[in-house]
Amino acid sequence: MTQHWIDIKNADVVLIMGSNAAEHHPISFKWVLAAKDAGATVIHVDPKFSRTSARSDFHVPLRSGTDIAFLGGMLKYILEKDLYFKEYVTEYTNASFIVSEGFTFKDGLFSGFDPATKTYDRKTWTFDKDANGLVVRDKTLQHPRSVYQLLKKHYSRYDIDTVSSITGVSKDNLLKVWDTVAATGKPTKVATMMYALGWTQHTVGVQNIRLAAMIQLLLGNIGMAGGGINAMRGEPNVQGSTDHALLYDALPGYHPVPTTAWPTLAEYLKANTPVTKDPKSVNWWQNRPKYVTSLLKGWFGDAATAENEYGYEWLPKIEPNVEYASLFMFDKMYKGKIKGGFIYGHNPCMSMPNTHKIRKALTNLDWFVIGEAHETETAAFWRQPGFDPKNVKTEVFLLPSCQRGEKDGTTSNSGRWHMWHYKGYEPMGVSKPMGWMVVEIMKRVKALYAKEGGAFPAPIQNVEWYEQYDADLMAKKINGQFTRDVTVGDKQYKKGDQVPAFPMLTADGATSSLCWVYAGSYGAAGNLTKRRDHTQTPMQAKIGLFPNYSWAWPVNRRIIYNRASVDVNGKPYYPAKAVIAWEEGKWVGDVPDGPAPPMADPKGVYPFIMHTEGHGQLFGPGRMDGPFPEHYEPAETPITVNPFSKQMSNPCMKVAESDIDALAKNGDPRFPIVLTTYSMTEHWCGGGDTRNTPALLEAEPQLYVEISQELAKEKGVKNGDVVIIETLRGKVEAVAMVTVRMTPLQVQGKTLHLIGMPFCFGWTTPGCGDATNRLTVSVADPNTRIPEYKACLCNLRKADKVTELQR
Amino acid sequence: MPKAFFIDTSRCTACRGCQVACKEWHEHRAVPTLQRGTHQNPPDFTPFNYKIVRFNEHKIDGKIKWLFFPDQCRHCTSPPCKDAADAYVPGAIVQDEATGAVLYTDKTKQLTIDQAQEVRDVCPYAIPVRDETTGALSKCDWCIDRQRAGMKPACVKTCCTGSMNIGERADMLALAHKTLAKVKEKHPQAQLLDEDYLGVIYLITEPRNLYYEYAERPVRPAPGPMTRQAFLAMLTRPVTSMRG
Repeated sequence: MTQHWIDIKNADVVLIMGSNAAEHHPISFKWVLAAKDAGATVIHVDPKFSRTSARSDFHVPLRSGTDIAFLGGMLKYILEKDLYFKEYVTEYTNASFIVSEGFTFKDGLFSGFDPATKTYDRKTWTFDKDANGLVVRDKTLQHPRSVYQLLKKHYSRYDIDTVSSITGVSKDNLLKVWDTVAATGKPTKVATMMYALGWTQHTVGVQNIRLAAMIQLLLGNIGMAGGGINAMRGEPNVQGSTDHALLYDALPGYHPVPTTAWPTLAEYLKANTPVTKDPKSVNWWQNRPKYVTSLLKGWFGDAATAENEYGYEWLPKIEPNVEYASLFMFDKMYKGKIKGGFIYGHNPCMSMPNTHKIRKALTNLDWFVIGEAHETETAAFWRQPGFDPKNVKTEVFLLPSCQRGEKDGTTSNSGRWHMWHYKGYEPMGVSKPMGWMVVEIMKRVKALYAKEGGAFPAPIQNVEWYEQYDADLMAKKINGQFTRDVTVGDKQYKKGDQVPAFPMLTADGATSSLCWVYAGSYGAAGNLTKRRDHTQTPMQAKIGLFPNYSWAWPVNRRIIYNRASVDVNGKPYYPAKAVIAWEEGKWVGDVPDGPAPPMADPKGVYPFIMHTEGHGQLFGPGRMDGPFPEHYEPAETPITVNPFSKQMSNPCMKVAESDIDALAKNGDPRFPIVLTTYSMTEHWCGGGDTRNTPALLEAEPQLYVEISQELAKEKGVKNGDVVIIETLRGKVEAVAMVTVRMTPLQVQGKTLHLIGMPFCFGWTTPGCGDATNRLTVSVADPNTRIPEYKACLCNLRKADKVTELQR
Repeated sequence: MPKAFFIDTSRCTACRGCQVACKEWHEHRAVPTLQRGTHQNPPDFTPFNYKIVRFNEHKIDGKIKWLFFPDQCRHCTSPPCKDAADAYVPGAIVQDEATGAVLYTDKTKQLTIDQAQEVRDVCPYAIPVRDETTGALSKCDWCIDRQRAGMKPACVKTCCTGSMNIGERADMLALAHKTLAKVKEKHPQAQLLDEDYLGVIYLITEPRNLYYEYAERPVRPAPGPMTRQAFLAMLTRPVTSMRG
């Protein structure tokens, strides 16, 4: 989130799209309702009428996978009706930037596409620069190659008739949403956008979110109280795990993972440290060398020296053009190319797409270790229905993990609040925290290397390891420490002192920090994640900002890009809900994005400090699949003509191909129904924990499929009947929940049915059903590799016999 | 001073935190359930479910209405169930003076099956259930143990939206009326349910017959004082409309 949970209450309009916030983030609704109490309009755009819709002012159903068409139409409407926030757009976004002459967009493809590799050469996605190296700008926004004009041209195709016909949303409904959201283009009106997996789990996932952020930039809603673009993150600690680089593509703190193209630290830093000639651009990533060096010092301690590039050579390097994401890791496993591994807090036999493939892939392993609180479908895959344990060679080591309430540690909530949680009771039986498992296993691996040696022992021998797992010590190491006595400015620090904040991190080995964004959470004042102090100033009280409660990254800033909430003289655009203000030569309110004076001051800076040019990116050259979001159909689509271009699906989408992966052709008559999948309040992720929590299983006991009354009639299905849902990948049994909450849509003049299923029910809970993901597709967004769980093609029929569900 | 609950269904997201918190506090075992084509589960009260969220859905003039009703004992100010039980086993059902809570004691086990059925039958909201193993009658106990220890009932404590409230009866009535005035701006048919006679005051947004069978009663009590007999007579439903 650019904001935090409480801030939702400051919104005048709440657009919930790609999220079922009331069900999946119940606490968020405390603040949505507070906004509503204060007069806000709450809109829910989603294929299904859910518990979120029930508490919204209105619900608008749309066809899954058409968000870009919906939002593209909104963007066109905002420009056409001149409803954008002009000063904000001209001063704070790159609307006035002149794009290079070579940049083109023709029939669904941007310049630089290579059909052989399905990737773009992005060299034309750049801006013209003058003799001083500064970006050429036209603040009248009239230049035909200005971002503003290109944006206008790009979305000119997204007229209301075409958008309505492709999304299945009536024109009345489109206008109702567009009008309501677009009305916040005024300085004193703000909309927030709340999204979750309904936007990310598509082959155009990143572009869904980018387009929403672009609309928020046009309306001047980024940096404002009650605004922003807000990913709903929750219990799985997605925020914290992203910060700490759970995924293959990054090092902790949002640094690209090293590749073989950058064999040395010097080369790595040269390639990943942006440079600007513009003195008003903070260009925060120019600090990357300090953060990466401190990370390496945190890992390798005294063994990391300037001479050995702080141990950079010991890091594994990936090959630049090889796929490593989990979708492809399981593909490799399926093809017999992986021997063993570790799985923690993950139940891929339930939660990965095309789980038939995942379950088969595990049989190719010699061994794997799994840390879990319960015996999940992954831990027990060798005895699943249809498998004979005698024929499964894989040796499984199940390490019993304790539960959240049984251990100390931190979590980071969606608003980037870093909060300590205390152990409530002792772990049950012999269960242990997963951190303990990692520390103990590595201790033994290190001992074996010391005794026996092995291939490439340096990283194992040199890693600074721990005697025992200690959550408090980890929190200290994450914050960072001085590695020798140093003087920074007029302050002296001793070796072992905690680093006060990330501006004190250095690139010369004098500091360590396991994740620079958390530097400041555990400084000289102690562990700030334990703070529960409600003290605030009257200005902070107006917007529900509690700076002394826990600690938020970065540097306790609660609303990021907050310099965009004030004009160039530092005066709040929305005085009643001011985030920061420049008063008597200093900033008051939230922690500003840097201490520099307002932008009009000779020493002032641009507000979007994380971007090299300092401006919000309406033209976003950093993505793999285009600088402007474009509507492409899901990999499996019920239609045969994309009205926006000849390009049916995202040209860059990632597809895992094997003999067990199959995609239905466009408009396949065998599978005329769109299937979308989701979670629910009562069960968490793959259900491994919650199906073993009796009161929750009692409330939601079995797999269901939500279908419209119209489809039920067409298929001769009654409420409560068991039906079979079938795709090219598999068949699943579910109880039909025939409901007015699912609505057939009119798409390109034809009636289209959409059905929805949760994915949390698995065979280890007897009679509850089995993985919905046996139906879904192994295709993914090219930026994140998040699979397209939200849209595929299926058919359904009444079951003639029932084998998976207790009746 | 008597106390009261105020349950504002216009804020309820049916997260069922109350339903689960109730079970957890009472250490109630889970009952076996099946998916029957609705999110409502268990289907009704059991000796192990004092609180259930009822789900009802309608499409009226093209508009979808999904109505949530976190159902529980209403803790009537003059409880007919107590009158019925007193006739057979005094002390089986008592009323807590400090709060007005209607409490079922162990002595309910002394009621015969027929007597217990009679107690059930006089409840206009079909709340009490009999545990066939022990013979005890049970229903929401207001978390009276928590109440006496200065804590809110588990359902109120866990509610994150402000649907569930508890406090002095006068304060809750004032809150209910104030909330109703505001909710009526968007839901003209919003109303409070029998607020003068109950320790649990519901605010609903739609006509009561859209919720479920026992949210509706044929006659709304006339305001003003009533004798217990008159109240009982009015509330008592014909046995034929009772659930088995």
